[in-house]
Amino acid sequence: MRHLLSTADLAREDAIRILDTAEDMAEVSSREVKKLPTLRGRTVVNLFFEDSTRTRMSFEVAAKRLSADVINFSAKGSSVSKGESLKDTAQTLAAMGIDGVVVRHGASGAAHTLAHAGWIDAHVVNAGDGTHEHPTQALLDAFTIRRRLHGAASRGRDLDGIRVTIVGDVLHSRVARSNLWLLRTLGARVRFVAPATLLPTAVGDWPAEVGYDLDAAIDAAPEVVMMLRIQSERMHDTFFPGEREYAREWGLDDARLSRLPKTTMVMHPGPMNRGLEISSAAADDPRSTILEQVANGVSVRMSVLYHLLAGPEGDAE
Amino acid sequence: MRTVLQAPDIQRAITRIAHEIVESNRGSSDLVLLGIPTRGVVLAHRLAAALERIDGTAVPVGALDVTMYRDDLTRQPTRAPQPTEIPADGIDGRVVVLVDDVLMSGRTIRAALAALADLGRPRAVRLAVLADRGHRELPIRPDFVGKNLPTASSERVYVRLADSDGVEAADESVAIDGGES
Repeated sequence: MRHLLSTADLAREDAIRILDTAEDMAEVSSREVKKLPTLRGRTVVNLFFEDSTRTRMSFEVAAKRLSADVINFSAKGSSVSKGESLKDTAQTLAAMGIDGVVVRHGASGAAHTLAHAGWIDAHVVNAGDGTHEHPTQALLDAFTIRRRLHGAASRGRDLDGIRVTIVGDVLHSRVARSNLWLLRTLGARVRFVAPATLLPTAVGDWPAEVGYDLDAAIDAAPEVVMMLRIQSERMHDTFFPGEREYAREWGLDDARLSRLPKTTMVMHPGPMNRGLEISSAAADDPRSTILEQVANGVSVRMSVLYHLLAGPEGDAE
Repeated sequence: MRTVLQAPDIQRAITRIAHEIVESNRGSSDLVLLGIPTRGVVLAHRLAAALERIDGTAVPVGALDVTMYRDDLTRQPTRAPQPTEIPADGIDGRVVVLVDDVLMSGRTIRAALAALADLGRPRAVRLAVLADRGHRELPIRPDFVGKNLPTASSERVYVRLADSDGVEAADESVAIDGGES
């Protein structure tokens, strides 16, 4: 594997290999010495054109636990704010001999362009491109589901037959897209629940069920309910009448929480809008995996960096 | 393919190594056996069973994966690591016996020593191998050897065990293949 740009083209065996290696990385994170020498001498740049604290920190911790050198680049206060293009930034990084680039960008396809335009030969990890994909989030979600279901016996397993209901702003969500492709590859069944205005027009072509009624979806007792964040920064239009109406119709409130089976997982990619898409009681419930997702994010990103960066250069695997 | 050890030979070698460990350690207290995946873990469990037969006490067994500590990561296609499992009481102050199937360059053992240093501070570290085929590239030597196998570096040594290679217990073997002969 040379780049991780999307889960749509991630083969099942590669996905399972990443998840299995993440199990070993999780073991490292539970040790007193939380560090491996594996990527010593490699340099990884976190190239963030969009604000993100948790994803950048997660990648930074992951790279450092593998002994890579990490450089953080955020567009604010950089040469990008002086008008430098992605191409010039990439060529600058290439000239510095960077081995890996973790990129987040507001434009869908930015990671693909960076990987294939020939500006730089570093390994590229997509950490979110516009409304397109966020593959490491989907991998950490799948890892979290698999661990809750199978515990120590998770290695080698997929998510065959697991029903995952994804609720909220599917239209703007790269998390929803990456999750759909990966969950399908791993054998899970996906249902989207959202107001019609927050579903993409192409949703009918996706391999997922679509519904508009959260109560019906909850009564179907899925194994996983994944709440998406209402992304106010992407809401340039009136998609629903108001926050209170949204919370009443599509939020996971205390009443809906009480109707969920005791074994259903409640997931959220963070950061949460408590009281909007998810109530505080739901976020802090034992069924919630939200903090596990954060912890697992480090393990999964360590695994991804290992598989991309540890092998020989010019790796044509 | 030339078979140098058959199933009874392998079992005798394990039993003898167990006796040697008990003798040099003056009993089996404080011992921890750590196998290096995959076959080292299988051998470590057999060694623990042999130790229990001799000394009557159960010796903790674990697995120590060294993939992330190898010095040849950039020379080989990326491989998936195996689980590392350290016994609950840890390795601090204990005598760790590393167990592997074949010792050659010594680079795996160097990686294992680096991995151990991140996991704790054993009182001593020993090395037990089923076969030592020479060609060392580092100043590392085994403390307990099942069989010394003089080989040419172009030859390959194959170890087949029931729990790791899907052979019948009676068909376990150590064999040498290839080379100029």
